[in-house]
Amino acid sequence: MGSIFSLQQIVNGLQLGAIYALIALGYTMVYGIVRLINFAHGDFFMVGAYAAYGAFYLFNFFLPPGHFMAFVVLILAMAGGGAVALLANKFAYKPLRYKPKLSSLVTAIGVSMLLEYTFSALPLIGPSPRGFPELLEKRMFTIGSAQVSNYVMIDLFVAAVLMIGLTFLIQKTALGRAMRAVSQDKDAAKLMGIDVEKVISFTFLIGGSFAGAAGLLAGLTYPRIQPYMGILPGLKAFIAAVLGGIGNVPGAVLGAFIMGIAETCATAYNSLLGEGIAFVILIVVLLLRPNGILGEKTADKI
Amino acid sequence: MKSSLVSAVLAVALAGTFLACDKNGKEIRIGGVGPLTGEAATFGVSTKNGYDMAVAEWNAKGGVLGKQVKLTFADDKGDPAEGATVFTKLIEQDKSVAIIGTVMSKVSLAGAPICQNAKIPMIATSSTNPKVTEVGDYIFRACFIDPFQGTVGAKFAFEDLKAKTAACIFDVGNDYTKGLSEFFKAKFTALGGQVVGYEGHATGTTDFKAQLTKVLAAKPDVLYVSDYYNDVALIAKQARELGFKGPMLGGDGWDSPKLMEVGGAAVEGCYFTNHYSQDDTSPIVTEFVKNYKAKYNAVPDALAALGYDSTYIMLDAIQRAGSTDGDKIKAALVATDLKTVTGQVKFDDHRNPVKSAVIIEIKGGKQTFKTTVNP
Repeated sequence: MGSIFSLQQIVNGLQLGAIYALIALGYTMVYGIVRLINFAHGDFFMVGAYAAYGAFYLFNFFLPPGHFMAFVVLILAMAGGGAVALLANKFAYKPLRYKPKLSSLVTAIGVSMLLEYTFSALPLIGPSPRGFPELLEKRMFTIGSAQVSNYVMIDLFVAAVLMIGLTFLIQKTALGRAMRAVSQDKDAAKLMGIDVEKVISFTFLIGGSFAGAAGLLAGLTYPRIQPYMGILPGLKAFIAAVLGGIGNVPGAVLGAFIMGIAETCATAYNSLLGEGIAFVILIVVLLLRPNGILGEKTADKI
Repeated sequence: MKSSLVSAVLAVALAGTFLACDKNGKEIRIGGVGPLTGEAATFGVSTKNGYDMAVAEWNAKGGVLGKQVKLTFADDKGDPAEGATVFTKLIEQDKSVAIIGTVMSKVSLAGAPICQNAKIPMIATSSTNPKVTEVGDYIFRACFIDPFQGTVGAKFAFEDLKAKTAACIFDVGNDYTKGLSEFFKAKFTALGGQVVGYEGHATGTTDFKAQLTKVLAAKPDVLYVSDYYNDVALIAKQARELGFKGPMLGGDGWDSPKLMEVGGAAVEGCYFTNHYSQDDTSPIVTEFVKNYKAKYNAVPDALAALGYDSTYIMLDAIQRAGSTDGDKIKAALVATDLKTVTGQVKFDDHRNPVKSAVIIEIKGGKQTFKTTVNP
């Protein structure tokens, strides 16, 4: 039993949670602004992973391996995720902005499939799994009873920096104020002279780039990427966002870490339980607290 | 008038039989099956190369029973329905006296009842599912079956690696990996070792850390990973991250260059059981590898070796039977005791070969031959 709730399992759970958190943020931000559950978000994560993969093999030729190179790859992974999110918004969601909600939802599923099948059909990518390169040399540390690699620290560090940056953006900048305004009342915001479409595009860009960053981290941590890799993490991050209170930024992060640890501990108890625990959490949350853990506290979502 | 008609008919009929006799008289016809297209296409190509090479060697030596061997190859496309069709075609249309093939267990399971009903001996090349030979007494195979690999792995871990404790990790959704782990556990325990961790994982997952943390908490000497190479690479990397330094072991599902490509340093010093190794230094293997390279300009994999061996086992049986009669060939097959590339072959009561497995060590990013383990 000791190994189910050990320090090591908590570390494993935090690492998984950091990746879920970055994906969940995009879900929750987009929902907060346009009230759309963007089911293609998990695929932005996949695009980010492939962008990182491509960037690595491109820059491998003229950059020495190390932290600078890893940073460049991170930026390109974020650019990849952000770009595909922007395109999806422009061509799929924007034309349906003032149509019934269901149209956008079904379109999101369509975008998701489009990305998955296009990627598996592209000759350079293809359907078979690929091994992800090691960007940085792996180093191990022992903390208490747990083995911690520098990859765990990188995962947590990148997630933390991005989340702090996002909080600053939302709370302290004019753009953040505009985002909050749009999430409260789109029409009123428009009357106040806010370019609503621009704010929405920006939200997609940030959400997509966070998913892209998560794609890189997932590739490093679990070094196998394939075009369908976004489906399950996307679904679980969505549940994390619901758990924290969808539309609520700190809630998404909290929900993601709870999910990561719950999944790790449940898997340690029984591997099949681990796969299902996310859905058990979803059902319990929907029954007992449909607004999520932090869903009620904040009146202004995002 | 009438009598001349009868005699004409008789003459034609006679000529017909004579021609047929002549056809079967000059050559021994056997059928070969394998998937040249479909999901297992590369397996089929190697296997067919193995068949062709073996037949050419026998024919160069004077054939079987003094006649040349003619092998008709049919593509089963890795599909059971297609398999049933081509098995029937080879028996009824091409009049094969024996069938060699096929690769995939599910296709062999479709072809085996057809051979059994027609009383045509069949030898499956690399179908490891135990059910294949259970179809009937005309069905044999050239490869060892799944349980055997787990047993050999356990024996190697306990006797050669001197491991006292072991942990297993496997895919709960796949009978092959589940079976390997089960038999590893049974044998390892029977030898006096202790299995301190035994955990499954869901199919398609990439995060194995929870299970690994759990099984590694008991500090096992070895970790038995009965998965396919894709998962093995991830499991190995994550196990190393969690501080596991001992060797990992597995089965023939590890046999892919991708394992070293993705697994890198994490799979160094790990071992897996396989049907044969190209680095084996015994003369029969070096001779086979040399000839295969000369003929096909490629390194023979285990499938090529099994295709080659299957053909040898069958032709050897026909030679000893002294006849192309199904029952006589079957009786000769049962009495097989032949040295082949993949080991000394004898059949047990279930017509599975009792033979050795090789242990491959991953060293310097390459598969290297470690040792041969006898059952």
